[in-house]
Amino acid sequence: MRTRTERFLPFALLLPTIAFLTLLIVIPMVQALLLSVMAESDGLSLDNFQRMFADVNFSDAWRNTLLLLILIVPLQIVLALVMALLINSRFRGHGIFLYIYAIPLAISDLAAGILWLAVFTERGYLNSTLQNAGVIDQPVLWLSFDNFAGILSAIVIAESWRATALVLVILIAGLQLIPRDFFEAADLFGANRLRRTVHVVLPLLRPSLQSALIIRTIFAFQTFAVVFALAGRNMPVLAGEAYTWYATNRNEHVAAAYAVVVLGLTVVAIIVYLRVLGLREAEVQR
Amino acid sequence: MSSIAIDAVSKIFGKTPALKDIALDIRDGEFMVLLGPSGCGKTTLLRCVAGLEQVNSGRIRIGERDVTDLAPRDRNIAMVFQSYAVFPHMTVGSNIGFGLRMKRRPKPEIERRVREGAELLGLVPFLDRYPAQLSGGQRQRVAVARALVMDAPVLLMDEPLSNLDALLRLQARADLKRLHKEVKRTTIYVTHDQVEAMSMGDRIAVMREGAIEQLGAPMEIYDNPATQFVGGFIGSPPMNFLRGAIRDGSFTGDGFAVPITRMRGDLQGREMVLGVRAEHITIADDGIPARVMVVEPLGSHALVTVLVGKTAVKVQAPIDVAVRPDQAINLHFDEATLRWMDAGTGSAIQR
Ligand SMILES: Nc1ncnc2c1ncn2[C@@H]1O[C@H](COP(=O)(O)OP(=O)(O)O)[C@@H](O)[C@H]1O
Ligand SMILES: [Mg+2]
Repeated sequence: MRTRTERFLPFALLLPTIAFLTLLIVIPMVQALLLSVMAESDGLSLDNFQRMFADVNFSDAWRNTLLLLILIVPLQIVLALVMALLINSRFRGHGIFLYIYAIPLAISDLAAGILWLAVFTERGYLNSTLQNAGVIDQPVLWLSFDNFAGILSAIVIAESWRATALVLVILIAGLQLIPRDFFEAADLFGANRLRRTVHVVLPLLRPSLQSALIIRTIFAFQTFAVVFALAGRNMPVLAGEAYTWYATNRNEHVAAAYAVVVLGLTVVAIIVYLRVLGLREAEVQR
Repeated sequence: MSSIAIDAVSKIFGKTPALKDIALDIRDGEFMVLLGPSGCGKTTLLRCVAGLEQVNSGRIRIGERDVTDLAPRDRNIAMVFQSYAVFPHMTVGSNIGFGLRMKRRPKPEIERRVREGAELLGLVPFLDRYPAQLSGGQRQRVAVARALVMDAPVLLMDEPLSNLDALLRLQARADLKRLHKEVKRTTIYVTHDQVEAMSMGDRIAVMREGAIEQLGAPMEIYDNPATQFVGGFIGSPPMNFLRGAIRDGSFTGDGFAVPITRMRGDLQGREMVLGVRAEHITIADDGIPARVMVVEPLGSHALVTVLVGKTAVKVQAPIDVAVRPDQAINLHFDEATLRWMDAGTGSAIQR
């Protein structure tokens, strides 16, 4: 017979998490949904969505968000994967690399954006370095409103620098969960390093890759602070438009509509990842 | 030719010496068992042969080739891991064919050999299943099949049966022995189970604390243990030991005297250990006095534990033996079967 305490203990332990999620995620999410379908006067309507679609910035924001997602997520996953495999190969001094890679984790996204602004701005580190090296005569306006490629590159670099370490940590944890025997068996049965990675390590890393992708994609849809710091409103993104509609235009309903679009995109992406990368039932050890 | 020559191999982990100057020659096609208690260095020696561990000194040759500095994949060996290391994301068929795919063999050849391997180990019905859908015994057979289809002349196995339950282990033991007869690979088989070693090995290398204590055919080791350690490790029950010295025609110790008729003169008075196996002791009407402690009927025979002087001794008796605990009885030792060891070093002494 299990005692009462034992039966309730799991629920008690889950309670703080559930409370936290309800308070900070579930309630705001429901509120946003309600806001987005509520007319400014009263009653339900799709007016807010119509205003959002008609907004001059909407299609740009939509395009830019997807563009950033497509550029940043694969880049981060590949970078983090290479770094994780490198660290996991336990060469001399691999610990130092982990510390260096992990530094950006401690920096807030707005701070990271400002930091990279100092690099890319007209009189920033990049221009002065290039000028001193004699590569350019005049400062290049990397972040000028008509230099879309420049802005995009700066954002991709800054975001990658800032958040790759998060992916790295997830992948390293995943790699360390793979029993050493699997690496050795691959080695012994004739796989070189590359083939071992492709045929054994990556497939076994799928659960971690999936978590990393989901987390990174959620954050990519929410990319905002770094974009704002580097490009201001020259580079509208969905999350940024939500903020602008709320803070500047003072229309919480259209802001909520943007939030709902971000939510929808996120859900679709997660479903795709779960489908493509999820473990087949047959592979799961019971 | 795929003999294996292990020549003066040492391996040190930090400050712990795991292998101390090991020399071992394994013949082509031989089934060599590395036997010893946990932590004696069996796995380390096997991993050194596989190339998964670098030796600190010494050389390892496979056939004519010095493989000491080669990577595992260049040594032309196959291995069955103690954990099996069967890849969970591949079907049984893909697992069996893994090594062949890595060696880029042509597809039809891979298919044919996977099928052969699966047939050899009774895995044909499971070829499309994933390891998680198999029992422990089936997974173990996948690991063996994966190693066998490689056609590597050398097969290494690290306690491949230790994760199976007792009944399955018995079956798998016989299967592995039959397989070895069929495929005749030079095999190194690691185990801490002396019954497994006895039943499977062409020869056994008994290891202790990083060194080989005795090397020989199973019965040779059973009958003539080179040391007290080997006698105590091989056999179930282990060999009985009595400590004493020869004085006036009998081996006398704490509370007992065993009459001895033949003995080298120079051994008179020397502190020695007498080793005797349970099946070489009989309960008799007169002889060495003993007191019964426990009687264990084991079906085919009974195992009787008695006190000789102050030493516990196990005796193999007929199943219908009529003795009870606390009863005073007499024992007869078959003198020709007695083994002698030095009391200090534990090494065997010829009489
Ligand atoms: N990777 C390692 N690092 C440090 N010590 C090890 C390592 N592998 C084995 N050892 C030590 O070497 C000795 C022999 O181990 P092992 O070969 O695994 O023994 P066995 O297989 O006979 O049980 C043990 O004392 C063990 O603790
Ligand atoms: Mg071991």
